[in-house]
Amino acid sequence: MDNLINVKIDGRKVKVKKGRTVLEIAEEIGIDIPILCFHPDLSVKSNCRLCVVEIKGTDGLQTACSTVVQNGMDITTESLKINKTRKTNLEFIFSQHLEECPDCVWMSNCQLLKLAKRYSADITRFKDRKSKRPVLQFGPIVFDETKCIDCRNCVEVCPVNFLEIKNRGADTEITPSRNRQKDCIYCGQCITHCPVGAIESTGEFEGIEKPLKKENKYIVAQFAPSIRTTIGEEFGLPYGEVVTGKLVAGLKKLGFYKVFDTSVGADFTTIEEAQELAERILKQRNLPAFSSCCPSWVKFLEFYRPEFIKNLCTARSPQTILGGLIKTYWAEKEKINPENVIVVSIMPCVSKKYEINRPELAINGLKPVDFVLTTRELARLLKKNKIDFKNLPSESADAPFDSPSGAGVIYGASGGVFESTLRTAFKKIAGKDIPDFNVKEIRGQEGIKIKALKIGNRTIKTAVVSGIKNAEKMLNELKKNPKAFDAMEVMACPGGCIGGGGQPLPVSAEIRKSRAESLYKIDGEKPLRSAHENPIIQQIYKDYLTNRKNIHSICHTKFSPKKKCPINKLKNSLKTHA
Amino acid sequence: MIIKKLKKYNLIGRGGASFPVWLKWNGVRSARGEKKYIICNAAEGEPAVFKDGYILENYPEEVINGIKMALKTIEYSSAIIYLRKDYYKKFKIKLKQLIGKSPIELRKKTGGYLCGEETTILESLEGKREEPRNKPPYPSESGLFGYPTLINNVETFFCVSKIVKGDYRNTRFYSISGDIKNQGVYELPENWSIKKILTKTDNFPAFNFFVQINGGAGGGIFSNKELSKTVSGSGAILVYNFKKTKPINLINQWINFFYNENCGKCVPCREGILRLKEVLSEKKPNLEIIKDILFALKETSYCALGRSVPIPIESLIKKIWTI
Repeated sequence: MDNLINVKIDGRKVKVKKGRTVLEIAEEIGIDIPILCFHPDLSVKSNCRLCVVEIKGTDGLQTACSTVVQNGMDITTESLKINKTRKTNLEFIFSQHLEECPDCVWMSNCQLLKLAKRYSADITRFKDRKSKRPVLQFGPIVFDETKCIDCRNCVEVCPVNFLEIKNRGADTEITPSRNRQKDCIYCGQCITHCPVGAIESTGEFEGIEKPLKKENKYIVAQFAPSIRTTIGEEFGLPYGEVVTGKLVAGLKKLGFYKVFDTSVGADFTTIEEAQELAERILKQRNLPAFSSCCPSWVKFLEFYRPEFIKNLCTARSPQTILGGLIKTYWAEKEKINPENVIVVSIMPCVSKKYEINRPELAINGLKPVDFVLTTRELARLLKKNKIDFKNLPSESADAPFDSPSGAGVIYGASGGVFESTLRTAFKKIAGKDIPDFNVKEIRGQEGIKIKALKIGNRTIKTAVVSGIKNAEKMLNELKKNPKAFDAMEVMACPGGCIGGGGQPLPVSAEIRKSRAESLYKIDGEKPLRSAHENPIIQQIYKDYLTNRKNIHSICHTKFSPKKKCPINKLKNSLKTHA
Repeated sequence: MIIKKLKKYNLIGRGGASFPVWLKWNGVRSARGEKKYIICNAAEGEPAVFKDGYILENYPEEVINGIKMALKTIEYSSAIIYLRKDYYKKFKIKLKQLIGKSPIELRKKTGGYLCGEETTILESLEGKREEPRNKPPYPSESGLFGYPTLINNVETFFCVSKIVKGDYRNTRFYSISGDIKNQGVYELPENWSIKKILTKTDNFPAFNFFVQINGGAGGGIFSNKELSKTVSGSGAILVYNFKKTKPINLINQWINFFYNENCGKCVPCREGILRLKEVLSEKKPNLEIIKDILFALKETSYCALGRSVPIPIESLIKKIWTI
């Protein structure tokens, strides 16, 4: 095999594939090189200088993340010299970072603290130089500049270039853009890619107990499709482990009056979206139709590309439909005053915190959802209440919103919304079941997936996109050829909600893949694969969603161009802003 | 043909990194790319280095001719002269005249000292933040906008022109400044020692002195016992009067320069220089901390700016500042 080369690493002779970095081969053979600014989702920046190694014959240390191995290379990954510089560089990094460990998104998993121990860094050797920097809040995002170590991961991951590098040298500042033409779309990828917890969502974690403290209220929880394959990670379970039953049990232990499954809400979204899609295709109007359940995608269009607002389907997102049904249909059935119902959504997403405050969603003056807790926040709440999540016996969600179709579950993965919609739209248009429920072409972690599906005598071309930069490519394509496709699903986060800004840390393509595959596994094992087959959905359309008015107020919404939202300065101690 | 000549004369780049010119040219010529760029680096930004300005003023035709040689040698190429702002203003008319219809464009430097670093020039020309890039890939494989790019200094192109014409006399341009009588740029043989250069230019001080070679910020310090050395790199000699120079002031002056000029990309440079500045402003600077910082800068800085910070400081402390 001529693409194998010989290298020596810490005295071990190994044969490795050409073209790989020192960091990659070290990882492969179990040598732990410290990294901080490196993230598998991002380009190699080599800014933090912690992964430095010695390469025989070169002057100065080299960064393992950027150095591609050459035949005969002799690499040392730990030595007095290396460790001394790692210690100093860590001390420099700590001098930029105001520790606030108990409240940090990385808490128990903090790479900085682990490295400080490993290299005996004196974390107070240099005085904190950023303590006077501001804490800024915009929408559901809080950017704490007193913790930022200038690694620039957030700058790179931000799909709308909202985070900018200002000034030079020690005056460098990573900061939200004051440009009126730029606004945050709240996807929260900056949060999941910040190695030091400088960015978090509002109320994380000071506000997590607030929802359950409401007295004399019926406090009900709903949990998003993706949470069932992600929250286990917070408790040491393998990536992608399905924990639906434990999740319900945990929520009940916390004291929620009822626990509902947002995937049932997703089934409603599917019905409405399939209906809309079928109508638009038959009437050839406002095509291509865009999915609209990702609030960051919606905000992106409303702020940056309002000319495409008309393409958005008006079907509400699963959490808002379910929230609306809880406060109308369910409250009526239970003879509860809807004003006394508090709906708390457990979401993979920080943008959902923004979505629930959209005024046009109100039904009879009430917000469909009152609070959003992210996966991370729920995990923290469970830990705080000393709930042994790993060993909880399974429990089932509560009727009537307990049993989703398989379609409702795969909403958590990029492609899931459209796979669900196609299953139902096919039935609607062709009058029979889709030949294969598994629309494999639109599954998986690629950012852009295309599927042409023959329904009756027409071919419907759909695009499935994750990541706003990919969506922009498709919009530009549409500018050139407005008929390039008939429908497009967009999720702002890579891989869809399983890679959401509210999900557990760390995250990588591998981790997202495991999370998504488990959702498809759940779907594959369900007897009911399509939303329209779900008896709960059928029942509610028969009993309650019987007229246009009800359907419209609970299941549909509207969109409008948006102006830039303010950037607020928070006091360091007052970060709760939810 | 030209490359063979460059190899024969063993021409070494005159920008400071001392890389063989023929190797660079060969690399770009044989690199795959539908188009290629040639950049003449006229960003000259280090204190005490001013010979490129002198060459542009006195021998612009040689420089342009050298660039034209590169255009001829490297297929599908066009060239850019990347000029310090004042050089751009001063020499633009003359240079444009000499360029005529050749595909050579004049561009203004957009930032400070770091814009003399070759990959930073690429970022600057691409309209990005002025910061160094990862190497590899080297500019010769993937440079400006991803195309193979040859970057040589003004004096290097001057030498190329001379070699091609058969006029090359193994000379180089020395910027001589500091506590001397006859500041200026001198074209002298490249194998002359510091002592000979100072003597022949009537600059050899009568007092006790030391020199800084190759730049008034990142250049190394040599005592008056080390004057038999020759000068390579950017060819600058800066003379300090031993009695009148306070070492701590000198160090602070260097640190301030690096503090103002570093880009902020990597940890040791951004943080280390700031902390050096702080420690040195204390009454009794903690030597242990200074040593640790210099070590991290030297070993782990992203680019040559950070790596060069310890050079003058350590050599000054070792050779001149007997603490």
